[in-house]
Amino acid sequence: MVRFIAFLVGLFFAGWLFVSFLVGAVSYVSDPPAPTVEHEFHLAPKHVSYSFDGPFGHYDKQQLQRGFQVFKEVCSACHSLKFVAFRDLKALGYNEAEVKAIAKNWAIKTPDADPSTGEASTRDPVPADHFPKPFANDVAARAANNNAIPPDLSLLTKARHHGTAYVYSLLTGFQDQPAALLKEFPDAKTPEGLHYNPYFANLNLAMAPPLTAEGQVTYGEGQPKPTVDQMAQDVAAFLTWTAEPKMEVRKASGIAVLFFLILATALAYLSYRNIWADKKH
Amino acid sequence: MSFPWANEYTPKAPLMKWLDDRLPLPRLVYGAVGGGYPVPRNLNFFWNFGVLSGLALVIQIVTGVIMAMHYGANELVAFSTVEQTMRDVNAGWLMRYAHANGASFFFIVVYLHIFRGLYFGSYKAPREMVWLLGLVIFLLMMATAFMGYVLPWGQMSYWGAKVITGLFGAIPVVGEPIQTWLLGGFAPGNAALNRFFSLHYLLPFVIAGVVILHIWALHIPGSSNPTGVEVKGPQDTVPFHPYYTAKDGFGAGIFFIAFAFMVYFAPNYLGHPDNYIEANPLSTPAHIVPEWYFWPFYAILRAFTVDFFFVPAKLLGVLAMFSSILLLFFLPWLDTSPVRSGRYRPLFRKFFYILIADVLVLGYCGGAPAEEPYVMISQIAAAYYFAHFLIILPLIAAFEKPLPLPGSITEAVLAKHGLTEEKTVAIEGEAAPVPAE
Repeated sequence: MVRFIAFLVGLFFAGWLFVSFLVGAVSYVSDPPAPTVEHEFHLAPKHVSYSFDGPFGHYDKQQLQRGFQVFKEVCSACHSLKFVAFRDLKALGYNEAEVKAIAKNWAIKTPDADPSTGEASTRDPVPADHFPKPFANDVAARAANNNAIPPDLSLLTKARHHGTAYVYSLLTGFQDQPAALLKEFPDAKTPEGLHYNPYFANLNLAMAPPLTAEGQVTYGEGQPKPTVDQMAQDVAAFLTWTAEPKMEVRKASGIAVLFFLILATALAYLSYRNIWADKKH
Repeated sequence: MSFPWANEYTPKAPLMKWLDDRLPLPRLVYGAVGGGYPVPRNLNFFWNFGVLSGLALVIQIVTGVIMAMHYGANELVAFSTVEQTMRDVNAGWLMRYAHANGASFFFIVVYLHIFRGLYFGSYKAPREMVWLLGLVIFLLMMATAFMGYVLPWGQMSYWGAKVITGLFGAIPVVGEPIQTWLLGGFAPGNAALNRFFSLHYLLPFVIAGVVILHIWALHIPGSSNPTGVEVKGPQDTVPFHPYYTAKDGFGAGIFFIAFAFMVYFAPNYLGHPDNYIEANPLSTPAHIVPEWYFWPFYAILRAFTVDFFFVPAKLLGVLAMFSSILLLFFLPWLDTSPVRSGRYRPLFRKFFYILIADVLVLGYCGGAPAEEPYVMISQIAAAYYFAHFLIILPLIAAFEKPLPLPGSITEAVLAKHGLTEEKTVAIEGEAAPVPAE
């Protein structure tokens, strides 16, 4: 009885799936899905090498400081970094006094309440504060940015496939729409106010190219030339650190843990062989 | 409970004697996973995955309890408390990555454990109850994993919760009230997040309870083995400790190496980037996909694209998805072949390998976007999945000519080593001994 009912149930599901397949196959053949502009013109991120690649990788503190400088002078005008505190910057090699100064001189102030009246006010950030947000709320953010909210950057490199390479590619990928695209998809012209970028999922984004000219940010003595490419690499490295501040300790402890585990497993294997030595199995 | 020749627990230290008279807990452990549990001597490495599943459960409970200390189950703060755990809690990043990857590893070892049971016929009499309880654990695991994935309150958390609870909405008439009742609202929100957290903390302990029943049920007939021939005498078994504790220790080492590799060097590889974006009810992700371990079932769910007269395709998909797991409960009565092990079932073995390939294809399609040709491929693969269990297996059992079975476990072991006889106690021609309690 069980097998008879099972047979009927199996026949129903398998049969109806086969019917669904036939219906799908007929429409696939008679009306093949049209290629989309995203499918044909979207590009995978460009490859860049970083000091923190691989199991032994470390952040290059000089690079993180340069990237922080780019963030401070360019990105922070529109993008928040809400999960990072000024105190965290010590990991970039700044000392206590420098962190204090960075916080105090930050262009955006931390919201506060006036201690005597309780009215809304602002104050200079202190190292314990997280980076203040550039816009009071989403409505203000939208209003100032062509109806798009600039995403928070704290986790951005983990929130995109191949995040570090993605940020770098996006920042260096702004260009005019290829003629071939307009020829094949005349309706896909980049709308007014948006900007074409083949590394962005739907090819057009509201952000204007933020890094446009060499020397837009002035790097200190002994640092590489601040080309657009260099600044994009540096800020992508900085955003990798903001998303994964524990990467160095993670990888370093991982090496130690794996070393221990391999040793322990080798011993476990020997003891397994030893115990089973007299037993055929 | 054990075979008559099982070693008896004999406490030597006075304290242990005192304890044994009052609460024989050491005796229980000794009989369950110690020297007092005789196990077939020929188990291969596929028999490691039961113990490894238990290990994975312990890892999840330990890391989970610690994470819960730093978590706020409120839609306003859930995402940021998880980020705080990652950044400001000592070794918080380790706990979270171990917990997230631990879930994946739990499913990896459990899937291997299930497929081992499928190949070697571990679900057959007299071990049906072990199989059924195992499936209950599997269902509980799926519920726990799903609710756990909602807790970080990222984009995939939110939209995954919406899609999965939406499945209940496919039930005719009462579907939508049920969905609203489950969520505590019309969409996932604070009420849903709170109850998911509560249940996510509760269910692992329910799993632990069913695990105890699972092991208890296993100890009645004793462990199965790769030949599928039942234990016939003491020469067929070795005590669990030290033989299988040593073998499981080595297996655990391999497990930990693979686990540590993912946790320390590729912690986000198995996750979805969208879950690092805070939940936003106003912005739907381009592709909503569950975690990889649900992909085969997700593919079955989406494979139904055509209404069956008055039954909508969505409802069919939901029914099929649940059936794909529920049918496993009937497996002991669908596969009536008296031969357990796939080693001696040439026809069964071929179809078993097709099933493995089929489930992998389903998994791939479940992770892919719901576009052609993935939908067509998953329709064929899902059709095979149902046909395999509900039609093919019973037919194989009826028509297959199995290969000759070895006379006993020991005989099979000796034949493997090119020997014919070993000086052991032979119980010639006697029926399998009945284990005594």
